[in-house]
Amino acid sequence: MAASDFDVAVVGGGLVGVATAWGLAREGCRVVVLDEGDRAVRASRGNFALVWVQSKGLGLPEYAGWTIRSSNAWGGFAQTLKEETGLDVAFQRPGGFHLALSGKELEARANILKRLHNQPGIVDYKTEIMDRSQVAKMLPDIGPEVVGGSFCPLDGHVNSLRLFRTLHTAIKARGVTYLPSHRVETITKEGGEFRLATAQGEIRAGKVALAAGNANMRLAPMVGLEAPMKPERGQIVVTERLRPFLNHPVVTLRQTDEGTVMIGDSKEESIDPAGLTLGVSATEAERAVRLFPLLANVNVVRTWSAIRVMTQDGFPIYDESETHPGAFTICCHSGVTLAANHALTVAPMIARGALDTSLVAPFSARRFHVQATG
Amino acid sequence: MTKASDLAPSYDLVVIGGGPAGLAAAALAARAGLTTVLFDENPGVGGQIYRAITFSPVKDRAVLGEDYWAGAELAAEAKASGALIVTGATVWSLDPTRLVGVSIAGQARLIEAKRVIIATGSLERPFPVPGWTLPGVMSAGGAQTVLKAQGLVPNGKTVLAGGGPLMWLLAAQILRAGGKIDAVLDTTPRKNWLRALAHLPDFVLSPYFAKGLKLLREVRAKVRVIRVDRLEAVGDDKLREVVFGKGDNERRMPADLLLLHQGVVPNVNLALAAGVAHAWNERQLCFEPVLDEDFNSSVPGISVAGDGAGIAGGTAAAERGRIAAIAAVRALKPEASVPDLQIVRQKLQREAMGRAFLDWLNRPADSFRQPEGDTIVCRCEEVTARQVRDTADLGCEGPNQMKAFLRCGMGPCQGRLCGLTVTELIAAQRGTTPAEVGYYRLHRRAQPVIANLRR
Amino acid sequence: MFKRLAETGAAVAITVDGRQIAARAGDTVAAALIAAGIDHCRTTPVSGAPRAPYCLMGVCFECLVTVDGVGSRQGCLVPVRDGMAVETQTGKREAGR
Repeated sequence: MAASDFDVAVVGGGLVGVATAWGLAREGCRVVVLDEGDRAVRASRGNFALVWVQSKGLGLPEYAGWTIRSSNAWGGFAQTLKEETGLDVAFQRPGGFHLALSGKELEARANILKRLHNQPGIVDYKTEIMDRSQVAKMLPDIGPEVVGGSFCPLDGHVNSLRLFRTLHTAIKARGVTYLPSHRVETITKEGGEFRLATAQGEIRAGKVALAAGNANMRLAPMVGLEAPMKPERGQIVVTERLRPFLNHPVVTLRQTDEGTVMIGDSKEESIDPAGLTLGVSATEAERAVRLFPLLANVNVVRTWSAIRVMTQDGFPIYDESETHPGAFTICCHSGVTLAANHALTVAPMIARGALDTSLVAPFSARRFHVQATG
Repeated sequence: MTKASDLAPSYDLVVIGGGPAGLAAAALAARAGLTTVLFDENPGVGGQIYRAITFSPVKDRAVLGEDYWAGAELAAEAKASGALIVTGATVWSLDPTRLVGVSIAGQARLIEAKRVIIATGSLERPFPVPGWTLPGVMSAGGAQTVLKAQGLVPNGKTVLAGGGPLMWLLAAQILRAGGKIDAVLDTTPRKNWLRALAHLPDFVLSPYFAKGLKLLREVRAKVRVIRVDRLEAVGDDKLREVVFGKGDNERRMPADLLLLHQGVVPNVNLALAAGVAHAWNERQLCFEPVLDEDFNSSVPGISVAGDGAGIAGGTAAAERGRIAAIAAVRALKPEASVPDLQIVRQKLQREAMGRAFLDWLNRPADSFRQPEGDTIVCRCEEVTARQVRDTADLGCEGPNQMKAFLRCGMGPCQGRLCGLTVTELIAAQRGTTPAEVGYYRLHRRAQPVIANLRR
Repeated sequence: MFKRLAETGAAVAITVDGRQIAARAGDTVAAALIAAGIDHCRTTPVSGAPRAPYCLMGVCFECLVTVDGVGSRQGCLVPVRDGMAVETQTGKREAGR
């Protein structure tokens, strides 16, 4: 076995990559993170920063359990990062809402939750439907059109940009080698080690973890795996800093620890990351003002769009290669919510050389080939 | 006063910015028969150089000088041309399809344009010295604006610092108006002369030479001019004194007003948001749009005229505006009669003489463009030079990752006062060039209010 | 810091944090504050540091004040009007005003 430069090469320097790299470094691995450059399309710089449990798992009940695991580990994870770096990622778990602006919306929401909780094997995670007066007690500034909503006490949020910075700071302190502008072109396995070709030269590592977001689709086949992805664009409107008024995140509207309010949740087929359509921002803004009328005259400081990392069915993909032992894929939409799992659960699996199937078997990409019976 | 509801849903030509380039462009296009609207967010047209030209309370023409009053003609021409001139109008959105988002008195409209001329001009280069965010520290341009528009003149313990033609002009104007200046701290590096010397002949032949010399003499006769290579604004909640020095010498001067200026740079935000390609200008140390000889940008139908196309001064701006307008007219109404393009180009060419000398002479020192330590780089988000440099060392290669990590560039000014500094700091810290590092990726600016985003 | 040249316009009465200020026709709010010798027009939402108008041309956003109950107005772009009520903006703006 050749003496590789590194034990693990993590491809992708976003939240999934750096959370995994941090976890690997904690396990004593020599880690290199290969990242693209300053203008890379990064979901880590364009996400809603939710640490969200509510309504996860419709279609794959094990996902609910996996999510709750991460949510429960998140507080400790944030605390550890603070001790290591001095940076506070402002994690909060006050419980969160979906809000409904009509009886029909509320009914549709209730139906989704019912179907979710009727799935065999689902973990009960206490999401309740609230009427307007119950919501108003927790969100005093809701507008007159809000009829109610669903509330889950496990929902929370974090300052995801600070998380991103904190993880980069933490991995540096742990001696992880971070190589920006090292886009991986090809991966081969020779002589017992992985060789990753980049424009800036070749990197060799004993194992490779693919955490490159939508680009995993291109990379996974190189190591005998697959990662069918379906990127979609979302747009966010961000306001000026405001005095705190919103104590609970709403799935499409939250107030950050800095005071700014983020408004989002468009889903668009365009995958041009530079594009912004006013119509979309307008729709989001419209809904935001109906939910919270006091936002009507607040200044918008910026609007941006980002490409969501989205697998074909929306659920994570964790796989280890049979043809190229030592190669792993980590793909998910919820890089923020699952950061604790990636750092504390998945990374140790990779360090040991094998995924723990009792935890992650349902997330193998093999599921895309399972034929429906009957 | 034009209201948002008065605007048509579309125009042949939308001109953004009512300075010399915008005024000249709008006048020419309207006279040629294009439906033309000009938007400026200030209470009156003139941009910065001709600020308040239609209503300045400074009646003694000698105070501001004849170069300023030349702007009155441009304003009058635009008014008489048939173009719709709308002041108090903020353009907050421009996309590659030339959809213009404009807000007037809090009401927003979306206007379609067949052609757009971005004439948003320049802004002052950031001048990040320790204490520059203290009340009592202003940009020289800011002081010049309140002189022109409101007739306000510094009369306390006033210090000017920096370099470049605008600083000297302001000093002269303040003195002519009976204001007080305790000292001018000249930060121009002596070694600039070596580089500038090669271009001296052209400069001597240009109108800038005689004017510049006269101005310098006028100011030096009345005010102490001190060469410095470092400078700091000191005070608790407001400016109390200016500390400065050269080499081992250090001095302190009590001050209640410090006016900073180290040149102007193109205001790139709207053009960048519209997708216009930009490139680094090493001589002028700034980013500017990539344009053809008609000032067309990389985005079809969008051109950039005036100092926003590259720093060349107010008179050049008007000629550039005319060239861009002629191109717009030829594209939309080829049969219309327009001024002779060759003559306009010749006038523009004449304006270029002498600029190389000025550019090289007035290049600010590295230390004033690439601060260190606790000096604030991003004023809006209060990010320091040390934080930017340390984060560059973390592996942060560019301003967009830097923005994600530190929030610099995320505040209301959207990088106008920190963008160049951040790019230069990253380049300096990582041993590369601003051209390699690039600039913030920008979308829209601060406005409008959320309610106005709704259709 | 600044004095007015003799030739400035008709008097306009505005209040700043409840105090009467002698402004003039043609003043912007920021210019009126400067003329009145008011040190700072806001404290920042990040650290609470005092700030005053800096560029006077609409690009720096330092001159943010509350005008007639509406927060985060750029003072350098708002012409004064008789009876206008200006308030310094302390820290973060309050949503709804």
